[in-house]
Amino acid sequence: MSTLAVHDHGVVHHEDGHEHHHKATFLNTYVFSQDHKYIAKQFLVTGIIMAFIAMSLSILFRIQLAYPEKSFPFLTTLLGHFAPNGRISADFYMSLVTIHGTIMVFFVLTAGLSGTFANLLIPLQVGARDMASPFVNMLSYWFFLMASIVMLSSFFVQSGPASGGWTIYPPLSALPKSMPGSGMGMTLWLVSMVMFIASQLMGGINYISTVLNMRTKGMDLWKMPLTVWALFLTAVLGVLSFPVLVAGVVLLIFDRSAGTSFYLSDIILNNQVQPYEGGSPILFQHLFWFLGHPEVYIVIMPAMGLSSEVLAVNSRKPIFGYHAMVYSLIGISVLSFIVWGHHMFVTGMNPFLGGVFMITTLIIAVPSAVKTFNWLATLWRGNIRFTPAMLFAIGMVSFFISGGLTGIFLGNAALDINLHDTYFVVAHFHLVMGSAAIFGMLAGVYHWFPKMFRRMMDERLGYLHFWLTFIGAYLVFFPMHFMGLEGVPRRYYAFTEFESMKHWLTVNVFITWSAIMAGIAQLAFAYNFIHSIFWGKKTVQNPWNSNTLEWTAPIEHHHGNWIGEIPTVYRWPYDYSKPGHDEDFIPQHIPFSQTMSSNLPHDFEDNPGGLAEHTKWTDAQKANEAVK
Amino acid sequence: MGFKHLITSKKTLSLFAAFVLFGTNLMAQTPAQGDAATVDKGAMWTGIAYYVLLFLVASVCVAIVGKILRVYDLTQKMQGKKGINWNGVMGICCAIFLVAGMYGAYWSLTVQGSMKLPEPASAHGGSIDDMFTTTTILTLIVFVITQICLFGFAFVYRGSDKRKAHFLPHNNTIEKVWTIIPAIVLTILVVFGFFTWQRVMTSTEVKGDINIDVTGHQFAWEIRYPGADGKLGSTNFRLFTAANKLGVDFKDRNSFDDLSADTLVLPVNKSIRINIHAQDVIHSLYMPHFRVQLNAVPGLPTYFKFVPTITTAKMKMITGNANFEYLLYCNKICGSGHWNMQKVVRVVSQAEYQDWIAKQKPYLSDQLRKELHFADSKPANQVSASNRLAVNN
Repeated sequence: MSTLAVHDHGVVHHEDGHEHHHKATFLNTYVFSQDHKYIAKQFLVTGIIMAFIAMSLSILFRIQLAYPEKSFPFLTTLLGHFAPNGRISADFYMSLVTIHGTIMVFFVLTAGLSGTFANLLIPLQVGARDMASPFVNMLSYWFFLMASIVMLSSFFVQSGPASGGWTIYPPLSALPKSMPGSGMGMTLWLVSMVMFIASQLMGGINYISTVLNMRTKGMDLWKMPLTVWALFLTAVLGVLSFPVLVAGVVLLIFDRSAGTSFYLSDIILNNQVQPYEGGSPILFQHLFWFLGHPEVYIVIMPAMGLSSEVLAVNSRKPIFGYHAMVYSLIGISVLSFIVWGHHMFVTGMNPFLGGVFMITTLIIAVPSAVKTFNWLATLWRGNIRFTPAMLFAIGMVSFFISGGLTGIFLGNAALDINLHDTYFVVAHFHLVMGSAAIFGMLAGVYHWFPKMFRRMMDERLGYLHFWLTFIGAYLVFFPMHFMGLEGVPRRYYAFTEFESMKHWLTVNVFITWSAIMAGIAQLAFAYNFIHSIFWGKKTVQNPWNSNTLEWTAPIEHHHGNWIGEIPTVYRWPYDYSKPGHDEDFIPQHIPFSQTMSSNLPHDFEDNPGGLAEHTKWTDAQKANEAVK
Repeated sequence: MGFKHLITSKKTLSLFAAFVLFGTNLMAQTPAQGDAATVDKGAMWTGIAYYVLLFLVASVCVAIVGKILRVYDLTQKMQGKKGINWNGVMGICCAIFLVAGMYGAYWSLTVQGSMKLPEPASAHGGSIDDMFTTTTILTLIVFVITQICLFGFAFVYRGSDKRKAHFLPHNNTIEKVWTIIPAIVLTILVVFGFFTWQRVMTSTEVKGDINIDVTGHQFAWEIRYPGADGKLGSTNFRLFTAANKLGVDFKDRNSFDDLSADTLVLPVNKSIRINIHAQDVIHSLYMPHFRVQLNAVPGLPTYFKFVPTITTAKMKMITGNANFEYLLYCNKICGSGHWNMQKVVRVVSQAEYQDWIAKQKPYLSDQLRKELHFADSKPANQVSASNRLAVNN
């Protein structure tokens, strides 16, 4: 099958300077690298930095929610005119929630998660020398970085960053005069998002073509690890849905700059009748959520894939129901395109459509439930090794259950009437999409850190990080459900004007301090991450006794991954604790002929020759037994 | 690796030190220009230093505990014993978390759960709440079972060198079972939910006993009641003026007796149809006590029809709160004043409603009358307009 011809340019592991005058220069090794492993690291580091920024933003607005009437002089020092008199202004509060959401959803959990692990794992796990197009892959990272920089630069604009919520519904986002953030900040948001989508498309097309065309010998689709399946389907979703967001965004740019009325009609602003007529704000919502809903699966599916792999490796058991896991991923992918309307039950969309979207939405809960049960069955009678990665994977499952169940409330149009846009929604998606996805990502970071940086992370700091974050996240988001049940809307600057909301103030203080605790716990991760990159314990080639192909590649990185031939794949990736084998794992590249004692008739379903061999061998064994 | 070289070099360190010094200088200067010039900066920095110090102390404690564990671990290993069995420790942590977490969830559900909205004050609210209860019970059962399985398995099957995991790649029977059971449960919920939704949102008789216009703009709601004819006049946003904020069209004779009100007063047990409009950006008309919410979209008038069933006075008794008021507030991000865009809603008896509505001011204010004359530049039109007004009053 396909093996890429690779120029064997000088391997770059030297301590003394970067002045290689031939192919490997400092610039093309560390900056404009085309090596998928290095691009993965670039995505990861950028993603982590963006995550820390977005997390700090959330702490800032949590301070406002907990102490709405208190003055914090350091906020003025830090934020200048965005926080006059030590209090965050109402406009800047909106900017904070908007940019927190945007960065977390797009820059951390889409690019940071998919970008890192699709780049790292797809070529290594399917057995390819690099991505289908390393150059486009590099561009994908640089577009992402530019998008990040443009997004952050909006903090330096006088009128502040975009502030219409991460969903940027027009007319609020289309009319620069409707709020300060809809001016220059919104323009930067749109520019950044267009670049971001370009990055996603370049990445996605690469991931898809690599998975489809560049698998090593023997690696048929049903032998791919679930990580690759998840990342592949994620890329498909992204390629199909992101262009729709571009369409929506471009029309919005026209409305903002060219005076068109795609989304605008019948508007009176600042006591002036506006000339717009005939547009529909609902159109934008349809376009936005046509991406927006697949987007939440773009966020969670890689986390599902990573967790499946980590759970199987560390339970020392095959993933339960591999085929069901793949089919449920495919089911989720297909259904995710026809459920977007559940974000719009009460927007004035035709109520009949609401009923239809409710049906499709609740159907999508079935494959999600199957996945959950299969994870639980994977743990059952395992021999669980609690690495930090394993703990994060377990945490991911726990969040996915807790957050997923509240989705059954919100997917029900009748219940959504009262829950829509309340804190119940905030609690729901922060658990099922935010926390679960970030835990999947962290599981991936802890698990594949040795592959990326050739060193191990400190386990005990990992444990500390896990428990503080896990408990912190539950303490933050669990009480929010009940705020929602009392009808407390999200994106409220302060609850002080409502007599009925005042009794939530103590809860808000509690949530804020839990968030600060969870935030500080991330410093343990940051320290562990940076320290281990440089001074961590050196890894062995296959530290987790894992079956997948990436661990057969040498510890030292080469552009081209394997020296010599790429290993051939003979079996599925989940032969853990197979009875009859002396070790509790059999890597994918070990042929069945070397493991006669553990082969099962089931292994030869599509291989009659192998089955004949197997029967002959078992008969011979039986004959031997009889002789004895 | 090249980066390592960069990091460890002393030059970088001194550069960093210089940067930090420079940075603190900068930091110290900025507040002088800002609004916080009057604030005691010394106190502020001691406040922050206190927390930084606290964090450092905590970090040192963590580091010390870490070192102690490591030393213990190494001595154990030197003596030929096994080190700390982290699998065991983490397994037990999972078990503790399961018990503590379940208790926490129970506490939260009972204490914070009891702070939820009082019983629904509308006719359709009951069916929504019933469905909420059903869904809650079903999901809580699943929640408890799955979380117990998750952390229970993690605890029970914590790793040991003596055991080997059970090789179990799949089991079609059980997989079918746990695909079909959720499918059936969800079908029931869907059917139940679908009919409730249809009942609440669509109705062949959409007129309602009382039609009320509620219009959202940054950052308030305007309320318009029909007059004696029971009909609201039509509107057109182009007719907007300072006195005619809703752009009511006075060519429509239904407009003349329309009333403007400050409070949304509703008679109990009457079918109310609220026509929802927005003038600038999307707002959302949210009245949680009635289980009513619908977005107000500029250019797309919507309506919500419901029947209030509990008067404000009665709800004060039910909640035991003498200051209780029903509220209408905005639930879709609409700008900096989004968080305080509320109106009081009062549900009263039919008699009280009649008294109240009789006292409301007409929408056609003196100011607006003057303006309408003034706006018509052609004298002929002016005459006809005033004639019509005279006829109607």
